[in-house]
Amino acid sequence: MLLLILVLPTVAGLAAFLVRGDRVRRGLLVGTAFGHLALVAGAWVRLPAPAWGGWLDLDAVGLLFLSVTSLLFAVASTYAVGYLEREGHHAHRDFEEGRVFSDAPEARFVGCLLFFLASMSLVTITQHLGLLWVAVEATALASAPLISFHRHHRSLEATWKYLLICSVGIALALLGTFFVGVAAARPGGESASMLLSDLMAEAAVLQPGWLRAGFILLLVGYGTKMGLAPLHTWLPDAHAEAPSVASALLSGALLNCAFVGILRGQQLLGAAGLAPFGRGLLVVLGLVSMTFGAVFVIRQADFKRLLAYSSVEHMGIMALGVGLGGAATFGALLHAVNHSVAKGMLFLVAGNLLAAYRTKSTAIVRGATRALPVSGVLWLVGLFAITGSPPFGTFFSEFSILKGALDAGRWWVAAAYLGLLGAVFAGMGRIMVRMAQGEPGEGVAVEPHEAWSAVMAPAVLLALALLLGLWVPRGLAELLGAAGQLVGGGPWRV
Amino acid sequence: MPSAAGMLAGLVLAPLLLGVTNRVKAWFAGRHGQPLLQPYRDIARLMRKGAVYSPTTTWVFRAGPLVSVAAGIVALVLLPLGGSRALMTFSGDFMLLFYLLGTARFFVVLAALDTGSAFEGMGASREVAFSALAEPALLLAMAALVRATGTRSLSGAMGKVWSDVWVPSMPVAVLVASALAVVLLAENARIPFDDPNTHLELTMIHEVMVLDHSGPDFGLVLYGSALKGWIFAGLLAGVLVPVRTGNPWLDGAVTVAGIFAVAVGVGVVESSMARLRLIRVPQLLVGAGVMAALAVLLVR
Amino acid sequence: MGWEIDPILVALVLVNLLLLGASRLASCVRLVAVQGVLLGVLALLVQVGWSPWRAVLLAGGSVLLKGIVFPRLLWKALRGAEIRREMEPYVGYTLSVLLGLGMLGLTVWVGGRLRLPVPAASHLLVPVALFTMLTGLFLIIARKKAITQVLGYLVLENGIVTFGIALSHEAPLSVELGVLLDVFVAVLVMGIIIHNIREDFDHIDADRLVSLKD
Repeated sequence: MLLLILVLPTVAGLAAFLVRGDRVRRGLLVGTAFGHLALVAGAWVRLPAPAWGGWLDLDAVGLLFLSVTSLLFAVASTYAVGYLEREGHHAHRDFEEGRVFSDAPEARFVGCLLFFLASMSLVTITQHLGLLWVAVEATALASAPLISFHRHHRSLEATWKYLLICSVGIALALLGTFFVGVAAARPGGESASMLLSDLMAEAAVLQPGWLRAGFILLLVGYGTKMGLAPLHTWLPDAHAEAPSVASALLSGALLNCAFVGILRGQQLLGAAGLAPFGRGLLVVLGLVSMTFGAVFVIRQADFKRLLAYSSVEHMGIMALGVGLGGAATFGALLHAVNHSVAKGMLFLVAGNLLAAYRTKSTAIVRGATRALPVSGVLWLVGLFAITGSPPFGTFFSEFSILKGALDAGRWWVAAAYLGLLGAVFAGMGRIMVRMAQGEPGEGVAVEPHEAWSAVMAPAVLLALALLLGLWVPRGLAELLGAAGQLVGGGPWRV
Repeated sequence: MPSAAGMLAGLVLAPLLLGVTNRVKAWFAGRHGQPLLQPYRDIARLMRKGAVYSPTTTWVFRAGPLVSVAAGIVALVLLPLGGSRALMTFSGDFMLLFYLLGTARFFVVLAALDTGSAFEGMGASREVAFSALAEPALLLAMAALVRATGTRSLSGAMGKVWSDVWVPSMPVAVLVASALAVVLLAENARIPFDDPNTHLELTMIHEVMVLDHSGPDFGLVLYGSALKGWIFAGLLAGVLVPVRTGNPWLDGAVTVAGIFAVAVGVGVVESSMARLRLIRVPQLLVGAGVMAALAVLLVR
Repeated sequence: MGWEIDPILVALVLVNLLLLGASRLASCVRLVAVQGVLLGVLALLVQVGWSPWRAVLLAGGSVLLKGIVFPRLLWKALRGAEIRREMEPYVGYTLSVLLGLGMLGLTVWVGGRLRLPVPAASHLLVPVALFTMLTGLFLIIARKKAITQVLGYLVLENGIVTFGIALSHEAPLSVELGVLLDVFVAVLVMGIIIHNIREDFDHIDADRLVSLKD
């Protein structure tokens, strides 16, 4: 069953390259996405048995992130179908430079989307540190063609930066993996297993120096992929230039998968009794990321870059949560879910706005609620979802992190956290509210009745965000608790 | 006894190296070439001639060739021939050797500048610039040998080249030999640094410095550069031909054969390469220095 | 055991230093190919003692991919380009080589202080691995052409693989194969992007890709 979760998208991805006929391909995309979602739902009912001698096994952390990924992918795939239909196969005129450009072949887009899903699934399923590395590298390679779907200057530049920076980061993560292997090697020369379960079982005899160095490298390497500042420089470019479907998946799913790598490292540190070392680093990086996010969100000129910097900030929040330990870890994991849902929704709506207004400039877009009624309202409500206002789920998770900080007596951290959250709310709020209100200018393609495929996906995601704010299902709460304990946090209490 | 014989061999056989190199180059070019003993005839002929001195020159001009030969002869006292010890050896004698060579070069350069001619000045500046880059390479190569063998005397280091350098770490020996080879070509004004056969003054480096010497002075200049060639070839052959049988006569003879082999090698290099562009020369010399530094780092 | 792989390690160091000083793109690509082949031979010599099949497989894969396939991929990416040299890097060539020497000294010192649980096959192995990684990072930072940055990434990856060879007991076969595959696909994708960049922009100067900024 675990193998099926991997094999299904891989085979479908290969098929997407071979199939001719757009409708068949798009049907393949949606079918695979929902099939994958069904398999993951089945995993909730009954946890599947380990495969490949323990190399593949779903633990609480893995199941949590796999579910988020699968859910977001399924919803986004329905949007993607409509998007690809609207794109068509003709050349487009670039909004910003006025040149004509074409898109990459649709087969490549769909195929890479499916490979992307397969590699992300592998990241969450594997228990072997080496295979985890291979999977994270595979996600980077599968997502690069997605960014350069629109073949113009800026997307090529963004893809190049993405590939180079993330590859270097991931190479450092490989070195970190080797260091962890050295930490586990026994003087007798036996080969150490890189399975998490084996490593955690003999955590007491891991050499602390090598383990710490390995964790630092894993943090830097996977942190680059996750978008932690100051290693985030590729993120605004890549997330802004990619088509909105891809941006939603990059922000909502890929960053989480990189986070899984860091969580595994923290798991090892916790088992070896070195948890405070990792936590300290995570708190610092978390606050730095939030600061970068806050600074660049204020007066941002491009609304997709606005959302990208918001992602940087939220990754900082998640890192901070895990770094604080205790209830904050639970909050961080819940935040991963909430952020993915809300950010995915916002990026899809941004895609609608871009198609209608033909510009990404926040100074020009006005009156979204009048030009695109549903999307405009979703945009406005999404602001509150992403900045952590009740009744959305993000409020709950961010509050848990704050509570964790206060419980641990870290007043300065809590104060900085609140200040930065406020700054982001002010910055984003000002821009997004102005975009929603007012009168749309001329030349805007007003659509009183928006396409069903364009609004259904974001609406579903917004409903989910609202639902998670009002009620956390018991199964999810238990899963979060188990995941939190795995990462070294304490049991969660309201 | 063997050391004195070694020094005598150096004094007598040095010009033969020039002859060997020229013969090799001629053979490559398909010519019959000069007789092997031609350099001796050249020096003898020059000694019989009268000298012409420009009125702008001073005693420095006359002293240049003399110092060059004198320094060369004293340096021969310190040069070991492979396993055969030098006539005089003490800790740190390689520094004295390099400084003697440097003194020779210094006085040749001074003599060139003394003429007040533009060509000589140009040659002098180039020569000094290249030596400034070649000397670190030479010193680093020596440092690698010293570090590997643990002795600070040239004869001692050369004596243990097989046991302490080649056997434990062949790459170190290869790197040292490569650095020494490049420095040899640079210091003796050979291709790829300088073309000894060119007749265009603007392209010369060493030849143009001695353009104004005539008669016995020029003969001394030729002999001095032959001695310099012998010394560098002796260092290179000492590292490259690590035959250490313990019998100083045998070791010395083998090293002398090695020196002639180096002369043949120089001829081959001169025939098969073109001269480097002037801006590339520093890169090659830095490369030699890097190789020597690498050898120092690699010695365990 | 050390003396037979020492010449290969020294050759690796020389290749790195030459890379730091090379300005012609053709030479750079060829040097990285040579480095890949040397790495394959090194892996073979280190691992053949206790796992011959795995050693042959990995060495063969490495030599094939890095010595033949990658240069061809990278040349395809540059096809039709008139660029033959990296003209004005951020750090000049002679200075790069001297800095490389400094890095080598640093890594030899650090390598001497690191205590590996299983002693490596040669006392030079860890310093050379670290030096190769630093060379790769240096090339990425200090050069302007996109293709030299890809070569820097390859060199970085080579360094990490060398480190892995030093600890080859710890990394199982499938992971090493996975690493090889990943590097292959990475270079493939990067080559495609460079090709697209060259067609679109008419240059491959990564330092001129600056239109996206805040």
